[in-house]
Amino acid sequence: MSEMPAAARPVRRRVITEEINDEAPRAWAYVCEAASCMSGQAHDITLRLAGRAAEAGLTDVMIKRVGCLGLCAAGPLVEIAETGQLFGHVKPDDVEGIVTALQKVTPTDTRQPQGPFFEKQLRVATENMGRIDPENLDDYIERGGYEALKRVLSEMTSTAVRDEITRSGLRGRGGAGFPTGLKWTTVAKAQGTQKYVICNADEGDPGAFMDRSVLESDPFRILEGMAIAAFAVHATEGYIYCRAEYPLAVARLRTAIRLAQRAGYLGAGIADTSFNFDVQVRLGAGAFVCGEETALIASVEGRRGTPRPRPPYPAVQGLWDCPTLINNVETIASVPTILRNGPEWYAGIGLGKSKGTKVFALAGRIVNTGLVEVPMGMTLREIVYDIGGGIVDGRPFKAVQTGGPSGGCIPAEFLDIPVSYESLIELGSFMGSGGLIVMDDTSCMVDVAKYFQDFCRDESCGKCVPCRVGTTQLYMLLDLITRGEATMDDLAQLERLAVIIQKTALCGLGQGAPNPIFSTLRYFRDEYLAHIVDRVCPAGVCTITPAEVMA
Amino acid sequence: MPIPYTKPPAPTDDKRWKIVQTRMRRGGDRPAALIEALHAAQEAFGYLDTEALNFVGDTLGVPHSRVYGVATFYSFFTLKPQGEHTCVVCTGTACYINGAKEILAGLDRALHVKPKETTADGKLSVLTARCLGACSLAPAVIVDGDVKGKVHVGELVAQLEAM
Repeated sequence: MSEMPAAARPVRRRVITEEINDEAPRAWAYVCEAASCMSGQAHDITLRLAGRAAEAGLTDVMIKRVGCLGLCAAGPLVEIAETGQLFGHVKPDDVEGIVTALQKVTPTDTRQPQGPFFEKQLRVATENMGRIDPENLDDYIERGGYEALKRVLSEMTSTAVRDEITRSGLRGRGGAGFPTGLKWTTVAKAQGTQKYVICNADEGDPGAFMDRSVLESDPFRILEGMAIAAFAVHATEGYIYCRAEYPLAVARLRTAIRLAQRAGYLGAGIADTSFNFDVQVRLGAGAFVCGEETALIASVEGRRGTPRPRPPYPAVQGLWDCPTLINNVETIASVPTILRNGPEWYAGIGLGKSKGTKVFALAGRIVNTGLVEVPMGMTLREIVYDIGGGIVDGRPFKAVQTGGPSGGCIPAEFLDIPVSYESLIELGSFMGSGGLIVMDDTSCMVDVAKYFQDFCRDESCGKCVPCRVGTTQLYMLLDLITRGEATMDDLAQLERLAVIIQKTALCGLGQGAPNPIFSTLRYFRDEYLAHIVDRVCPAGVCTITPAEVMA
Repeated sequence: MPIPYTKPPAPTDDKRWKIVQTRMRRGGDRPAALIEALHAAQEAFGYLDTEALNFVGDTLGVPHSRVYGVATFYSFFTLKPQGEHTCVVCTGTACYINGAKEILAGLDRALHVKPKETTADGKLSVLTARCLGACSLAPAVIVDGDVKGKVHVGELVAQLEAM
């Protein structure tokens, strides 16, 4: 490393950036160092690329680590910033192609379209993803970071900030879609001198990784968004409640907090004003229910994460009984951009009451797995086929699962429905945090319903009976069906019990637990009947042994 | 009148207790630091035994019963010693429909170890995770902290056997 020319070294070393001559580098190579690419030795690629570029005598290029470039399916990814050229499936031993491409970059090059996966997206919350070094504050500021916070602190009143957020039409991106402006106003008006802001980064939905990518790629944005929220609701302390399963996100958040504190963007007297605000990271410990806001508060207080009845809502009585604002990562990530570009700009994007953009995590049997941000109102077909590249091996599309364990499965006939909070609820599903899991004909829908019921049964905190006992009973009934031992009475019992749980459970986990059953029964009832009446699994997933088949 | 209360000394002179004590002090030695302290203890010792639970509880002023309650509530904490190596299999939706079930079955067939169990020779613990958030790599596993994507059962078993 030591004999390498300065410019070719990775910028993670701060000293080195100062050694560079004044001229701007001719070419940049961005290496994706988010969790998914990291598992493909992305960091080795950064080092090796820097080494090879130096050997080739390229002193006017820079190698930069960035956050998620989005197209995780092709990871590890390297992008040449000037031309938009993407290299997928890069191996540390094979970076010659990238070095050659870097040699060819000329100042007149412009970014070429990178294909529909990138061109159809509209980036708001993820605008810096894959563009900035997540552990470099200067990089964030260069791309407009902290402009919004400075304007808020120097020119605006807290009422004006809340008003702008209300006018933007931003709604909670954690799933329920509660109007963010209204929540902020409730907290601001609540009685009490001590107030808190909590960023909910307990992204528990299986198949969802939007929050992880945002935290790993652009952690300063979360800190800026939280500071703005704190100013708007008169809070002085904040917590980020993050899953322990995301070690890289936690590490980058902690680095970001330290750098922001040092630069005066956190702590006492932010940006030379009298506004004080500080943030701490709190680790989750593997409990899905802690994504529910009252359970999350219990967990931040160091107790078992069990929910409590609402009201009182956390906005009035939350952390240590003080008014508390709880927003999801993506909601907070949208705030700085909204304030920078104006609420009218944001409200102009989207469909009906669902304004702005939504980040989706594409996973399952889809070609381009990865992270995308699209305007609300885009159809599922565009997301799955144009952006997602269709189904693996060209198999037929069967369903897309949204909303995690509280969501539902949407079949092929609704692929042309524009995606919004309202349209998904109408289809018996749920926006959720944004995981889209695509299924093809190799998935059995009864088995999928059983999978989610197993999840809810296991993650139920055990506080209320409908959830603790009910989810287990639902699981046992589904298990009977998948083993080919159920009768039509069992199916009737399943439906009856599901309604009871939905109506009587204490929190969202229990109330949402029967949703996968409702939606699969609504669209794939024939599969249930095949298991019960014909005793066969049409997808060939469930093992119904011939011995159990009745003569 | 508050009950006079002194923090207990570390159970042994093992230096790892210092790490745990530091983390608790950073949380103000208050009950709110309980989860943080359990994370620290588990990182340091690999699992949480009664000694660690009681020490953390006594330092933070939390009853032993509640410490135990918290430690058993969260699935991230383990009260049993782990094998020399760990293999965490992701069972998130994307991994599930891409074959996580076959991986678990394959591990059971080849190495006779089920989820949350350790092999008889104490070499390998198999755990499951709800979702690693590495859905584009489905099916994913973590072997000793390294995420492996698009796992093939046979290759995984061969790798684990070689360790």
